[in-house]
Amino acid sequence: MTPPSSAGTATADTVHVPLPERERPPSSVYGPWAWMRTNLFSSWWSTAVTLVFGYLIIRWTLGFIDWAFINAIWSVPGTGQQVDTSSCRANSGNGACWAVVGEKYRFILFGLYPYDDQWRPAICIVLFIGLYVVSAMRRFWRKELALIWLGTLTVIGILMWGGVLGLDYVAQERWGGLVITLILATFGLAFAFPLAILVALGRRATKLPAVRLLCVLYVELIRGVPLISLLFMASVMFPLFLPEGVNIDKLLRAQIAFILFAGAYLAEVIRGGLQALPRGQYEAADALGLSYWRKTGLIILPQALTLVIPPLVNTFIGFFKDTSLVLIIGIFDLLTAGKTAIVEPAWQGFGVEVYIFVGLIYFAFCFAMSRYSQNLEIELNRHRRR
Amino acid sequence: MSAALQMPAAKSDDPVIVLDKVNKWYGALHVLRDVSLSVAQRERVVVCGPSGSGKSTMIRCINRLEEHQEGRIVVDGTELSGDLRALDKIRSEVGMVFQSFNLFPHLTILENCTLAPIWVRKMPKAEAEELAMNYLTRVKIPEQAKKYPGQLSGGQQQRVAIARALCMKPKIMLFDEPTSALDPEMIKEVLDTMVGLAESGMTMVVVTHEMGFARQVADRVVFMDRGEIVEVGTPHEMFENPKTDRFKLFLSQILRGH
Repeated sequence: MTPPSSAGTATADTVHVPLPERERPPSSVYGPWAWMRTNLFSSWWSTAVTLVFGYLIIRWTLGFIDWAFINAIWSVPGTGQQVDTSSCRANSGNGACWAVVGEKYRFILFGLYPYDDQWRPAICIVLFIGLYVVSAMRRFWRKELALIWLGTLTVIGILMWGGVLGLDYVAQERWGGLVITLILATFGLAFAFPLAILVALGRRATKLPAVRLLCVLYVELIRGVPLISLLFMASVMFPLFLPEGVNIDKLLRAQIAFILFAGAYLAEVIRGGLQALPRGQYEAADALGLSYWRKTGLIILPQALTLVIPPLVNTFIGFFKDTSLVLIIGIFDLLTAGKTAIVEPAWQGFGVEVYIFVGLIYFAFCFAMSRYSQNLEIELNRHRRR
Repeated sequence: MSAALQMPAAKSDDPVIVLDKVNKWYGALHVLRDVSLSVAQRERVVVCGPSGSGKSTMIRCINRLEEHQEGRIVVDGTELSGDLRALDKIRSEVGMVFQSFNLFPHLTILENCTLAPIWVRKMPKAEAEELAMNYLTRVKIPEQAKKYPGQLSGGQQQRVAIARALCMKPKIMLFDEPTSALDPEMIKEVLDTMVGLAESGMTMVVVTHEMGFARQVADRVVFMDRGEIVEVGTPHEMFENPKTDRFKLFLSQILRGH
C-alpha cells in the first residue's frame, strides 16, 4: 500500500510565519505632504510647471464659475413667441443664459411630440433608465430578464405610438429628442449584441465554411463603409427596392442600419475574447461531453465576454454617441433637437448653453456606462485574485 | 509497493478501447503510424516515450479531441466516426485529465465538478453536489469546494480535475501527462490520488514519464517513438529486460534525468 497521502496535502498548504510588525512609514514617504513633494515639487522645473498650471486651472475655474453661476441669468420674462431675451443679450459674454434651457428643455427632450402628450415620452425615458438599472444588477441576471426587456420595450412602443388604450396615435415623424437617442441606442444594442455573438462564433466555425464565409463577408462589408453611408442607404436607397406603396418606417430603417453596423464592430470585439481563451478550456468542455451550445453558453462566453468588457463598453459608448448621426436623414435625436431649439430668432446665439446641457446628458449616460463597466470588471474578475 | 506486485483483479476479455491501425497526419507530418492497441476493462496502461512521439496525440484520439484519418477506434463498443451523438456518448463515459488542469476559472471548485453531471447527465443539482463532495473528499480537498481554481495550488487543481472527471462516473480515465506541469513537491499528491483510483479498479490510460508510477500500478507499459508503438509489455519485462535499442536509450535518458 502507498503511504497515506495526507503528507501530500500538508506540503501543499503553506505555513505562515508572521513577519515582525513594522511601524507606519515615516512622514517623508507617506501622507499628503510627501505625495506633493514627490509628485508636484520634486525639482525646480516641476515646481514651475505646477505653479503655471495651477494658476491657469484656478483662473479658468473661477472664470467658469462666474460665467455659469454668479453672472448667469436663470429666467427671462415672457414665454414662447413673446419671450424677451434682451437681458440675456446684454449679459452676453459676461454670464450664461440658462433661461434658454428652461424654455427649451421639453423640446430638447421630446422634440416635436404633441405638447400635451409629452408625459408619454417622459415615462419612456424613465422606463429606459429603469431598464438599465435593473439590467445592471447582477441579482436580476436570469432568464426572466429577457421577459422584462420584452415587456418594457413593448410598453415603450405602445406609449410612443399610441393608437390603443385611449392614447392618441402619434406618427413617428413627430418623435424626437432624448427619447429617440435612447430608442436607437437601446434597441440597437439589444439586437446588435446577440447578433454579434452569433457572428463571432460563426467566424470561428471551422467546420462550417459557408457560415464562416458569410460572417466574414458581413463584418468586412459593414466595417468597410462609413455609418453615414449606411444610414443614407437605409433612408434613400432601400425604399427604391420596395414595391410601390410599401413603406417601412424611417426610424425602423435607421434602426436596422444601426444594428447591422454595431453588430459588425461588436462581433470583432467578441471574437477577440474568444481567441484569448486558452484552447484547454474548449478541450476540457469537450472532454466532459458538453454539447456545442452548452459549452459555448456555460464555459466559453462567460469567460470571453468578461475578458473583453473594456473594448465592449468602448464600442457601446461610441455607438451611443453615434446615434446623433441620424440628423443627416432627418430624424430628430437629442443633439438635433438641441440644435433646432436655438434656430428661433429670440434664442439665436445661446448655443453654448444648449450644447452644455445636451453634452451633460450624453456625459451622464456614457459616464454611468464607464463606471459600471469598471465595477463589473472588478466583480467578475474576483476569481482571478488570490 | 506490495500491491503493485500482486496480479491485478481478473479482467474481462472484452477490450473497452480498441485502436486498429490508426494513422494520423498534421499536414504532411505523419504523427501516428499504424497504431494498434487494445485495452481491457480494469486494465491500467501507461504510455511513455520521448516528446513528439505521438503519445498525447494517441490518447487524445480516444475521445476525439484529435481526429484520426485512417484506421478504426472503438470505445466501449462504439466506433468513433463523424456521428456527433455517438461522440457525446463516448465523451461522457471517458474522463480526461490534462497536463494543464484546464479547470474552469470562472466557476468554483464545486461548480466545476457539478457542471457536467447537471448539464450532460441531467442530474438534479442537490444530487450532483452530493456526488461532487463525495469525490472531492476522495481526492482529499472537500474543504476547498467554495474556492475558485486560481486560489488553489497546482497539485490541488489537478486533484480537482480528477474529481471533476470522476463525477461523470466514467468507465475509462485518460491522463495526459498529469504531473508534467507540477512542481516536484506536488507530484506525489497527484500520483497518490491516481494510485488510489487504480486500486479501485478503474480502466486507465496514462501518458506519463513517472516510471515509478508505471512500475507500481501499470498492467502494461507502451513505449512509443516517432508515431509508432515500439514496445509493449508488463512493467517487469519492460524495465528489467528492454528489447529494443530505442527503449533502452529512452530509459537511460529518463533515469539520468532523475
